[in-house]
Amino acid sequence: MSDTPHLATGDRETPTIEPPEPVGGLDDATSRREIHDVWVAGTEEQEWVRAATDEGAQEMLPEAQDAAATIQRGTAVDDDYIGEGGADEDQRQILNMGPQHPSTHGVLRLHLEIEGETIRRVKPIIGYLHTGMEKTAETLSYMQGATNVTRMDYLSPFHNELAYSLAVEQLLDVEIPTRAQAIRILMTELNRVASHLLWVATQGMDIGAVSMMLFGWQDRETCLEFFEKVTGLRMNHNYIRPGGVAADLHDGWEDDIEDLLVRVSAGIDRDEAILNKNPIFLDRTRGIGVITPEECRQYGVSGPIARGSGIAHDLRKVFPYSGIEQYDFDVPVGKHGDVLDRYLVRIEEMRQSLRIVEQILNTMPAGDFRTDDRKVTPPPRQRIDESMEALIHHFKLFTEGFRVPAGEAYQGVESPRGHLGVYIVSQGGARPWRLHVRAPSFAAVQAMPVMMTDLLVADLVATLASADPVLGDVDR
Amino acid sequence: MAHQAHVPGFLMTTMDKGVNWARTRSMWPASFGLACCAIEMMATGGSHNDISRFGMEVFRASPRQADLMIVAGRVSQKMAPVLRQVYDQMAEPKWVISMGACASTGGMFNNYALVQGVDQIVPVDMYVPGCPPGPQSLLHGILSLQEEIMAGTIRR
Amino acid sequence: MSEEQSTTEETTTEGVEDAGSDRVMPTDENLAALACEFASAEFEVFEATGASWDIVTVSSDDYHGLVAAAHAAGYTLFIDLCAVDYLRRTPRFDVVVHIESISAGKRLRIKIGVPASDPSVASISDVFAGANFFEREAYDLMGITFTDHPDMTRILLPDEWEGHPLRKDASVGSVPVQFKASYKAP
Repeated sequence: MSDTPHLATGDRETPTIEPPEPVGGLDDATSRREIHDVWVAGTEEQEWVRAATDEGAQEMLPEAQDAAATIQRGTAVDDDYIGEGGADEDQRQILNMGPQHPSTHGVLRLHLEIEGETIRRVKPIIGYLHTGMEKTAETLSYMQGATNVTRMDYLSPFHNELAYSLAVEQLLDVEIPTRAQAIRILMTELNRVASHLLWVATQGMDIGAVSMMLFGWQDRETCLEFFEKVTGLRMNHNYIRPGGVAADLHDGWEDDIEDLLVRVSAGIDRDEAILNKNPIFLDRTRGIGVITPEECRQYGVSGPIARGSGIAHDLRKVFPYSGIEQYDFDVPVGKHGDVLDRYLVRIEEMRQSLRIVEQILNTMPAGDFRTDDRKVTPPPRQRIDESMEALIHHFKLFTEGFRVPAGEAYQGVESPRGHLGVYIVSQGGARPWRLHVRAPSFAAVQAMPVMMTDLLVADLVATLASADPVLGDVDR
Repeated sequence: MAHQAHVPGFLMTTMDKGVNWARTRSMWPASFGLACCAIEMMATGGSHNDISRFGMEVFRASPRQADLMIVAGRVSQKMAPVLRQVYDQMAEPKWVISMGACASTGGMFNNYALVQGVDQIVPVDMYVPGCPPGPQSLLHGILSLQEEIMAGTIRR
Repeated sequence: MSEEQSTTEETTTEGVEDAGSDRVMPTDENLAALACEFASAEFEVFEATGASWDIVTVSSDDYHGLVAAAHAAGYTLFIDLCAVDYLRRTPRFDVVVHIESISAGKRLRIKIGVPASDPSVASISDVFAGANFFEREAYDLMGITFTDHPDMTRILLPDEWEGHPLRKDASVGSVPVQFKASYKAP
């Protein structure tokens, strides 16, 4: 698989590129699916509503066309179920799903009020993985803090560390070398690929394509091998730290990346070959779990879910961080807001991430992998043997930690699940006064009743998987 | 050689060894994924590490059909009653593997929200260290548990 | 649109001085009407890498109205709501809201001081439906009540939990670790 046309970067100077090749099964005349792969500044402020199609699925319609359609508006359930239901109480029953359930992606619990097979109301109940990380963060120094946040969203640990480190660096006001920035982008974009691969695996498995489970994990292992070589760990790396990264890339990382690009992009091609023509997959995802752009904005839903609904919003473009604006990539945006569009958006995002990785491979700057600001960075190892001051400095840095000027900072990064934000309040000490994490999955779980109302119970599983919630991120 | 084919073959062993061998070779885990360790547990079940080499690939969603509970991840105070209920629903004989630092001791999260070690709720047969333990670590834990079962009696 | 924004931002990072008073006006002109409408709103500018955006501190009486006005001014994307405990400060708590205007490419941080004697503010879940869970989280962990919230119950901790663990006067709740001889109870 040396011919990977979508990875070629030379002929893509302008952001306007030709639409992707239509994939079989998706381009029949009646239901052609396109993913715009052109970044659009701002978004069309058109009002969309959800409507039921004749086939029992849902679709998004412009508000002007909705006269004949049955408009559905999803609502969050606020009350408890006792005494609820009124006249048709006999027809409804409560179904408890989770927290120990194979399709809830962890320990999410859903209260379903169902009428036959149709879901009438959903109430997500969370907190079964509440770890008290925001409290623990107040007891750890800024240097130790990365070990804490990396365990929040355990499928994208690099993004957690990056958001945390950038927020601390905002307060510290230190200059990060360009090599460290490039390494950060390299690792986070590979992490996005690994996370989306796992999503394809679990989404496929949840709706019956068990082979996706095996293929997805296989490709993810390719990424994890590289992570393990660089950071020493497969997950929870604690690699990106305030001031830079923990260690430089190993010798011969270029060969590893080249090998990885070939293998993973071949894997993505194969995943598409399996799913895009699969009638069962298409029937189970098309018109399922629709959420409109307005609902996305209302509920703070971001990332691939919002982009699948047509919101052209990506923090890497809107509020660029860590020098990502110098790389050339497109943001895929869907049109229909259903599970299938989220799948297509994620597949294209993986391709774009690999594009960024290839650009970094060609343009990796030389230099230091962490800042030389001695306030933040420990002295090099050989200096400790030579100098008493360096030894004391090293000791102080790792026992007491460095002090961060008082203030507050907010940093958002585009994690595979959407807008991951870290809000830090410092009062001048060596530990954060308050660390709050704005978790993308938290907002996605909140919007689940909107996506799931009036679906069938079997479609709930597809919708739940498409939202890609990570419960460690939700509960923290 | 030909006349030996008429002799019915037999095998001598103790009841303990025979039953234990059967138990270890078809130990079905309950899929009790909680946090980061659950991802590594799933990776162990994936194609790369292939837990089915040890007769254990059948992750059961229902605790009624499972022999082994792999507590994969941090156990919060809110989750603890659920975990105990799942354990109680499993049929005897049953074993528990505490996977990872959080499940074993609370790990780095020594705070209000977490149960500091799942052995406060359920009896644990094998602790697997790591944060998270890699698939090889988990496989080693499982093989060690199999050895322990083989060495024991069939009292339960 | 975003190109225009990025050029104007660099020149106005200090905030536009309002003629006639020394009040700092927001960098986003869509918010200028808000500054006039709500007397208690104090604007300042937050500068981060790549962007600068507005911070507004507002009294709890004006809070709901300001959020609704900001929503009408284009800040339709809900980002975040959290509470901060400053312990020795008066008022003791801050409720911090982040919202974003996609069309302007700007964020807005809204801060409301909440006194310890009566830790309650108005709920904005009628303006932003997404604030629902975030307000429940702030109630659960910090003990701030949001009036007119449709479901002011605990969200992360068990229902029977007592206290609010993220408050500074609540202990971490750690248990002693045996091998640490020098362990000090918090």
